[in-house]
Amino acid sequence: MPRKTMIEAIRDAMDVSMERDDNVVVFGEDVGYFGGVFRATQGLQQKYGSSRCFDTPISELGIVGTAVGMASYGLKPCVEVQFADYVYPAYDQIVSEAARLRYRSNGQFTCPIVVRMPTGGGIFGGQTHSQSPEALFTHVSGLKVVVPSNPHDAKGLLIAAIADPDPVIFLEPKRLYNGPFDGHHDRPVTPWSKHELGEVPAGYYEIPLGKAAVRREGKDMTVLAYGTMVYVAEAAASETGIDAEIVDLRTLLPLDLDAIVASVSKTGRCVIVHEATGTSGFGAELAALVQQHCFFHLEAPIARVTGWDTPYPHAQEWDYFPGPARLGRAMLETMEA
Amino acid sequence: MSEDAPLRFHVPEPEVRPGDRPDFSNVKIPQAGSVRRPSVDEDAEQFRDLAYSIIRVLNRKGEAVGPWAGTLDDEELLQGLRHMMLLRAFDARMQMAQRQGKTSFYMQHMGEEAISCAFRKALNPGDMNFPTYRQAGLLIAGGYPMVDMMNQIFSNEADPLKGRQLPVMYSAKDHGFFSISGNLGTQFVQAVGWAMASAIKGDSKIAAGWIGDGSTAESDFHAALVFASTYRAPVVLNIVNNQWAISTFQGIARGGSGTFAARGLGFGIPALRVDGNDYLAVHAVASWAAERARRNLGPTLVEYVTYRVGAHSTSDDPSAYRPKTESEVWPLGDPVIRLKNHLIVRGAWSEERHKQAEAEVLDEVITAQKAAEKNGTLHAGGKPSARDMFEGVYAEMPPHLRRQRQQAGV
Repeated sequence: MPRKTMIEAIRDAMDVSMERDDNVVVFGEDVGYFGGVFRATQGLQQKYGSSRCFDTPISELGIVGTAVGMASYGLKPCVEVQFADYVYPAYDQIVSEAARLRYRSNGQFTCPIVVRMPTGGGIFGGQTHSQSPEALFTHVSGLKVVVPSNPHDAKGLLIAAIADPDPVIFLEPKRLYNGPFDGHHDRPVTPWSKHELGEVPAGYYEIPLGKAAVRREGKDMTVLAYGTMVYVAEAAASETGIDAEIVDLRTLLPLDLDAIVASVSKTGRCVIVHEATGTSGFGAELAALVQQHCFFHLEAPIARVTGWDTPYPHAQEWDYFPGPARLGRAMLETMEA
Repeated sequence: MSEDAPLRFHVPEPEVRPGDRPDFSNVKIPQAGSVRRPSVDEDAEQFRDLAYSIIRVLNRKGEAVGPWAGTLDDEELLQGLRHMMLLRAFDARMQMAQRQGKTSFYMQHMGEEAISCAFRKALNPGDMNFPTYRQAGLLIAGGYPMVDMMNQIFSNEADPLKGRQLPVMYSAKDHGFFSISGNLGTQFVQAVGWAMASAIKGDSKIAAGWIGDGSTAESDFHAALVFASTYRAPVVLNIVNNQWAISTFQGIARGGSGTFAARGLGFGIPALRVDGNDYLAVHAVASWAAERARRNLGPTLVEYVTYRVGAHSTSDDPSAYRPKTESEVWPLGDPVIRLKNHLIVRGAWSEERHKQAEAEVLDEVITAQKAAEKNGTLHAGGKPSARDMFEGVYAEMPPHLRRQRQQAGV
């Protein structure tokens, strides 16, 4: 089976979706002629023409606002916001419009859009190219929120997101575009061409939204992770020797609660890890749900490992980033508790 | 030390405040018929002056004059008058219903009826409006049942929106009426997106965006103009300048710009200003702009100069921020009276027939209200079920909402 980088897989997902459905259109800043700053849309304008893949003015509000209008017409826009850090001008259009259109019009108008955006740090992008704003979207009723962790999933999830009848926020951990980065920034990253999850089937396939995947089975504890943190967790498990079960959530909203409950009920311990700031982060929701549904199975307090509650710093990137050492310490403490 | 005088902070103030003598001498009103009518494909650079003038058809004698006259025949004008009268009677009854506690909130159109009623007649079936909360004339003039509007206002068991939306935030896809958000400005850029989609698909339908003078300050307005300009979207972008954004006079949003229409010029979008209280002028300009969109000539920005006679909504009292008699001296008059007088001048109408029509219209509204009230009002009779609250958030209800619905016991 061919192996692809995550960017190639994402491009492939848009390609097969555009091929299959004339109503799928792709646009954003630098997305058309140039093919996107991360090259995710490279070749799509040549293949499908500039009425289906085009450049936009630098206006995230305009990109998402026009996408909402197009979706209400009957198109299926898959738009790119160049960095998740830039999405805030479009926030009102996402929260007040895209997310609520089906509800407030009682289904007369719907909003099947996908807003793709690179998320997370690890590239020395400073505060404007590193943020992980997923919790700002999981708090909104009417949205779906997806964070893939590998090329195989990224393609299937993006295809499913484009086909989905409701708005989907599709957060792409940019540090994973080229390989499964595990937080060891001082070591070379294994390219996806050498990783089994780099195997991307040709053609159309969907990975259903709302389904988690167990990346590593284990009996000592559950680590709930998504995106880049899946590989940080794998590294932490191997370095601490803890037999951790790593659950890759893949979709945060709707959440695969069954998979979480099944795992934590089995292991009795739970560590939650994400790169976003801790306070009111998605980990808080996860901790509350685990507490509510697995209380009688828990043998230790639930631990959260997250980015610090500071803006994402530049020079101090690796002090901020929750890497395998910090996660490993939390896992050891949870085993001892 | 600088020798310059200290800087001074500038905050625009309206000409008059409560207690002052109302004065609109600053509103320059050109003579009816005096503003030229460019051909729809004329280079926008050639008629930039139209963004600073006011296109008017009806003169003070009630005659239709000038190059913009003649888009409607007697029958169409009589129908237009009927629509405006219906909307006014509808507003009066719903305003009263709110006072009686039958709904929580209402917003009337008094003084602005011509704009949405006449604009609707410039559109074709399948075209889409992205309205604000003060364009119910689009529904009335489009033949949408008043009883369904009332069902929505009363949030009753027959409410097409199942009680989910604030009163008057209608949605009627089959009538070319996009779901009203209630968040200001957001729909303006969506209209551009809808129009872009129509062009992408090689369709023949056009879109119309709507915004108020105050909301032109929102970023959505500017994004809409950029995208409409860039992609030459087949859209008519309408600014209803009714002078007041709740308590804030239009000078706060307009700033140093001469007019709201003039905002379009910097984007290279043809911009016209029109007498919003002149049914004939509104229709003529709307038809002109719609034709431009249909002929793939791109967007048009239209400012309707009008006056909000009533309060912003049932939640404010205009006498707290403007002179009580200001509406009486508004120089563009009342749209219903002006069209009535015109029809009388044309020999197609009379005072007697008008009185009779007023009675008929009121009767029609009361009949609709009785029918709607049978389905319940906000605090009495049938209402949407609590179970409905959980429906329609997504196409398919996700597990967490199922759990919450179960928890709610509905």
